[in-house]
Amino acid sequence: MSNYVILPILIPLLTGIILMFFSRNVTASRIISVVSSLLLVGVSGYLVHLVKVNGILTHEVGEWKPPFGIVLVADMLSALLVLTTSIIGLCCILFSFRSIGIERERFYFYSFVQFMIVGVTGAFLTGDLFNLFVFFEVMLMSSYVLIALGGTKLQLRESLKYILVNVVSSALFVIAVGFLYSVVGTLNIADLSVRVAEADQPGIVTAIAMLLFVVFAVKGALFPLYFWLPGSYKAPPSVVTALFGALLTKVGVYAIFRVFFIIFYHDPSFTHTIIGYVCLFTIVAGCIGAIAYWDVEKIVIYNIVIAVGVITYGVTLTTEAGVSGALYYLIHDMIIKAALFLLAGAMFTITGTHSAKKMGGLIKRHPLLGWMFFIAVISLAGIPPLSGFIGKFLLVQGAAESHSYLFMAILLLSSLVVLYSVIKVFIHAFWREPKLTAQEEKGSPKGLLLPIALLLALSVFLGVGAEMVSPYISDAAKTLMNPSIYIDAVLKE
Amino acid sequence: MKVNDLILKTATNVVSFIIITFSIYLFFTGHYTPGGGFIGGLMTSGGLLLLLLAYDLETVQSIIPFDFKKVIATGLLLALGTGIGGLFFDKPFLTHTYGYFDLPFFGEDTALATATLFDLGVYLVVVGITMTIIQTIGESE
Repeated sequence: MSNYVILPILIPLLTGIILMFFSRNVTASRIISVVSSLLLVGVSGYLVHLVKVNGILTHEVGEWKPPFGIVLVADMLSALLVLTTSIIGLCCILFSFRSIGIERERFYFYSFVQFMIVGVTGAFLTGDLFNLFVFFEVMLMSSYVLIALGGTKLQLRESLKYILVNVVSSALFVIAVGFLYSVVGTLNIADLSVRVAEADQPGIVTAIAMLLFVVFAVKGALFPLYFWLPGSYKAPPSVVTALFGALLTKVGVYAIFRVFFIIFYHDPSFTHTIIGYVCLFTIVAGCIGAIAYWDVEKIVIYNIVIAVGVITYGVTLTTEAGVSGALYYLIHDMIIKAALFLLAGAMFTITGTHSAKKMGGLIKRHPLLGWMFFIAVISLAGIPPLSGFIGKFLLVQGAAESHSYLFMAILLLSSLVVLYSVIKVFIHAFWREPKLTAQEEKGSPKGLLLPIALLLALSVFLGVGAEMVSPYISDAAKTLMNPSIYIDAVLKE
Repeated sequence: MKVNDLILKTATNVVSFIIITFSIYLFFTGHYTPGGGFIGGLMTSGGLLLLLLAYDLETVQSIIPFDFKKVIATGLLLALGTGIGGLFFDKPFLTHTYGYFDLPFFGEDTALATATLFDLGVYLVVVGITMTIIQTIGESE
């Protein structure tokens, strides 16, 4: 049974390797990718079910007992994130069939997508800090290739920046892990938690915790360290941006949650206060960017920054409602950001431009696309029947219980800004007089709408079926808030 | 004017053979002494690189007619396969096993471990990646 924990890593890894043999045969690559992604969705769904029934599952790689060997841990949070990742992976692969172009497909595109999914699921499932670093690198190296694949001038320039920033932050990660190992003497997350608790988190451990926060803040794009994100995410094709926007930054957020809930929770008046202010600044900076641009992709990119700030603030909330809200919002945001980037990609396919001002009247000939964009917009802003609402509602409730009124105010105001920034796109691109006649359109969105519809259906289900989803989320929040559950499951004491 | 590189070519024929033999020695002794798949693979590609320096890309490709990208994939498959093997015996991923066998040439009680197969995977990946990098950079104008 514990073998199910490793399958979400093994399936994409094996697929990625097999796809390397078929790189010239595009049809075979497509079929293999889709079959394996469907399998991954099934296995991850079953993993969520298993964790719900049996509690936390662990997989001791190579039969070495923790803390001596590497252990993979599937608690509810990891399992849910792996499931979300697998669904987004499937939708992005479906979307890329008609949008990525044969040249990229023949140069190992599907292999690298699979390897990136390996890195993301591995980072979610691992129970060891250095192993987390390795999976970060697996994920990042695939993302380096995906961002540069195709070799346009813009891509090359931005991939250079992206690689530079990430190499520096990876080096910082290794340094932080080295410090931590020399002070505490272990790298297993559960064992680290025990030992840090025994020493009551002395000052040096707090300093290392903040160094780790800086590392994850670079990956997750928090306030002073988000400068690389807008340019880098603008460069690659929209499918790749959808994968990046939905998965990569969220891995950084997940790492912050894992580290500050399970290990470094003894000095919140110092660490969590700083994290809180950083998040508030992140939200404000994201809002400014989201208002400023007319470029559809840029607007969605700055919405990522806002969402990352909102979710990470959940670390500082002390009640279960707040943490559940942050987790709900995390999952909602992964899905809806993927959907929005894919929608932006479909709009670009039709009009050949990213500027909302140059589009117009799209809803006349593409009503389905228009209304799907509208659903995505109101879900993103948090209108009641849809998924964004419940996360934000719980966050507001948690903020009230934790007396974080400043956050509550900024969260609610930022919702307005988010709504304004995307409805601006909707009004300019879909209403008004059509700018392009049927002959002038650059391409048709045929086949592109199915994956978007899948993601939106999931988003609607998350909102309407909140009764079914919330037990899983509150399970995840409980594990985060009581590190002893996690430690007992891993160390089997 | 064509440079006469007879000494280089003759020396390469001998030296690259010695380098590759030593790399295989390093690969097999990795369990008990310093060495292993990574350094063994690097040194093998060092030997192949010497061939590339003395001869040209086409000659070396006709001597070693592998697609090195497929070598990478084979190595990964091998390493992953030894890991997955554990799952079939109801053990966790990457559980390795070993045994002592009496082999005709190597003598009695030769230790054979599945970790060597994993190492062979690493070896192939390292050779494949190094050669892919060198060949790709060498070919591009």
